[in-house]
Amino acid sequence: MNTAINMQNQSIALSISPSLAKNVRRNIKERLIEFILMLAALSAVFTTFAIVAILLYESLGFFKVVSLVEFFTATEWTPLFEDAHYGIMPLVSGTLTTSAVALAVAVPVGTIGAIYLSEFASHKVREIVKPMLELLVGVPTIAFGYFALLFVTPLLQKIFPELPGFNMLGAGIVMGVMIVPYIASVAEDAMRAVPMSMREGSYAMGATRFQTALRVVTPAAVSGIVAAYILAISRAVGETMVVAVAAGQQPTLTFNPMEGAATITAYIVQVAMGDLPHGSIGYQSIFAAGLVLFVLTLVFNIIGHVVRKKYREQY
Amino acid sequence: MTTQTLKTKATVLENLVAVRAMIRRHKRNDIIFAAVGLLALMLGLLTLLTLFLDLVMDGYPRFNLTFFSEFPSRRAANAGLLSAWVGSVLVMIVTFLTAVPMGVAAGLYLEEYAPKNWFSDLIEINVSNLAGVPSIIYGLLALGLFVYGLGLGESILTAGLTLGLLTLPVVIVSTREAIRGIPVAIREAAYAVGATKWQVVKDHVVKYSQGGILTGVIIGMSRAIGETAPIITIGALTFIAFLPPSPISDVAPFINFEWLGSGFTVLPIQMFNWLSRPDHAFATNAAATGAIIIVVTLMMNGTAIYLRYKIRKNIKW
Amino acid sequence: MINATTALKAESRELNFFYSNGNQALKSVSMPLYENKITALIGPSGCGKSTFLRCFNRMHDLYPGNKYEGQIVMHPDNTNILEAGVDPIEVRMRISMVFQKPNPFPKSIFENVAYGLRVRGEKNQRTLADKVEEALKGAALWNEVKDRQQDLAFNLSGGQQQRLCIARALATDPEIMLFDEPTSALDPIATANIEELMSELKNKLTILVVTHNMQQAARVSDYTAYMYLGELMEYGDTDTIFTRPTRKETEDYITGKFG
Repeated sequence: MNTAINMQNQSIALSISPSLAKNVRRNIKERLIEFILMLAALSAVFTTFAIVAILLYESLGFFKVVSLVEFFTATEWTPLFEDAHYGIMPLVSGTLTTSAVALAVAVPVGTIGAIYLSEFASHKVREIVKPMLELLVGVPTIAFGYFALLFVTPLLQKIFPELPGFNMLGAGIVMGVMIVPYIASVAEDAMRAVPMSMREGSYAMGATRFQTALRVVTPAAVSGIVAAYILAISRAVGETMVVAVAAGQQPTLTFNPMEGAATITAYIVQVAMGDLPHGSIGYQSIFAAGLVLFVLTLVFNIIGHVVRKKYREQY
Repeated sequence: MTTQTLKTKATVLENLVAVRAMIRRHKRNDIIFAAVGLLALMLGLLTLLTLFLDLVMDGYPRFNLTFFSEFPSRRAANAGLLSAWVGSVLVMIVTFLTAVPMGVAAGLYLEEYAPKNWFSDLIEINVSNLAGVPSIIYGLLALGLFVYGLGLGESILTAGLTLGLLTLPVVIVSTREAIRGIPVAIREAAYAVGATKWQVVKDHVVKYSQGGILTGVIIGMSRAIGETAPIITIGALTFIAFLPPSPISDVAPFINFEWLGSGFTVLPIQMFNWLSRPDHAFATNAAATGAIIIVVTLMMNGTAIYLRYKIRKNIKW
Repeated sequence: MINATTALKAESRELNFFYSNGNQALKSVSMPLYENKITALIGPSGCGKSTFLRCFNRMHDLYPGNKYEGQIVMHPDNTNILEAGVDPIEVRMRISMVFQKPNPFPKSIFENVAYGLRVRGEKNQRTLADKVEEALKGAALWNEVKDRQQDLAFNLSGGQQQRLCIARALATDPEIMLFDEPTSALDPIATANIEELMSELKNKLTILVVTHNMQQAARVSDYTAYMYLGELMEYGDTDTIFTRPTRKETEDYITGKFG
């Protein structure tokens, strides 16, 4: 009796154990795969962490030599000169001026484009225009740099003969055209998220397309449109090649777009092109400049995303 | 009674005349705005067209085969793109091998595995944040981490890894978007026949989303090909008149990795180099290079957009 | 025949309507709309009553590919508002509409009501203020909002929002007002308010209302039309339709045997 049960148990154990072992193996394999995939996802966290760490580490060396007060208040930026000055403001002014010119172009053009795409364009027109805009986004910025320096600036010089060969106006305008598709697509997203019932309400009152677009849809989508502008500022501030090629290399504290001036990004490029010894103050200065750039774009990106999220919650 | 009705009719008609005049006025605004809107959108396209024609016309004298088979030279007319295009190809190989496996794996994890908690939120915030970080910052990361921190130097490996990290968010986002289009029912059907999670992911999720993933990969790679700023930042703007060692050799094991450590230049860097020379003759070379880069990136982007269009049209879950 | 109590305001003549996917949603619908009366459209969902209503202000023109056949003629000017030469905007300026769900604009209470006037180019602040007040009074909302006209319209309750939408539609003195299930998103008290309002409004204009609620049709309307599968099954004065319908289908629907 006893043995019979034993034998029975044994036979069950015998028949289960191989498949059980297989289950365990399979489980381990599944876990391992999940772990590997997780590591890949963590690479994003790692990258952010590494960026912050590197920028802070090298900047720390920089700020051992340069006081924060000098960094933010001095009006000259000449880290590579014998008589070195470390005021970031000239680079910031160059960055803000080129960005302002870019936005002056991109905001009206991009907004009008977005309204057209969302409220006026037929399905067919949209299907053609949107991929075209994507193509424009895909064009390497170095090509736009060439265009700003050797096409737009000579053209502008015909209107303003005193305009120097390197100037923030030409670079800013070209940068603006580059940003148009970006504003247009984010703002269009926001407008299309406005519920149809709101448009119907307006049309039912006898409003035209233009009146509906301007008086109802645009106000309803305003936070999304503002988000598009803010994200565009971040783009403009971080844009490198156009300004490095066409806006000038001289850090100058000016807000006049008719002059040439270096931006933060152009300075980094300029220094990296030279042969600076690792660990020198000049080497560290590009990380300090990079840190300012990173913080600027981060702030705009965060504000932009928060504002954008708000309109998504609205409808 | 009758007069009253007639009078109403008269007022209604009078009103209608005024209303119609007003509508005509308002509609004129509609037409004007539609024209302005179309023009606004065309501005970008016109710029692109002008830019391309400008580059083609300026670079016209360089469009011949020797331009591709010559090294850079101090004489503008003799200078060629050989080291640059070979460098671009090799860097792209490293970028591809970095960004695609990591990006797809990360996308799969976030979409299929990650629990909805602070941990996945953290990763997601980082991905969307990274997509907005200016490319030159990646250059600084590479300079501090790859060039000096890990001692990889100004090599193809450094450049490839840098562009790989830069491309990563694009691949992750497009992978996730592609996966999200697959209905739950498909996954349930696979689970119902006893598949493990990995089998479901590998045999179904990845398989059905590979078109979408490919689209994202192409767009990411085309962006990487044209990237200039991060490559300059790692210090790769030197005169390169040699080719890296060949990845393929004629003796066993027929493959070597020496090329990874080699110095290099790439197409956009070569263009920038020529563009920043005071000698105007080099501008011709820069223009020709620019036209070539634009053709390559436009073709890649065009392929990606066409692919996406086809996928959207064909797949109806 | 035509006298003060039963003057014809509009009528549809053999109206067919096709959606862009080719579905025929209305089949040869002919129906009168009497001035200063409320006409109710009832029928099971999908019967075409909302589609029919939305033909009256050419709402279907907003979506490409939709097609009308037949006529909707407005009196006393005898205009066929479906005619290609007639601008839908002109039609909408004469015929206003209140929607199923309140859809105020993201603007102040005042600006919501003033919208139609502004669209018509009215800029005089005095005129705007007077007309807004009049419309808000007409929509029985004035007492509740007169001190906070600059508040955002979204801050009103659902019932108030719907009355605001009525005020908005009223401010431009329309000849006909369309109501598309105006109380389906409201609670019973708000519903009663709106129904009372409609009965008052008919002294000024003509009303066509779609309702899924037969008690509502019986309470507020003077005429009732029963629609089924895109066809007008039966039309008559409301008392007759609800007490002695001539068709079996109508009776089945009204008594709840079907639908």
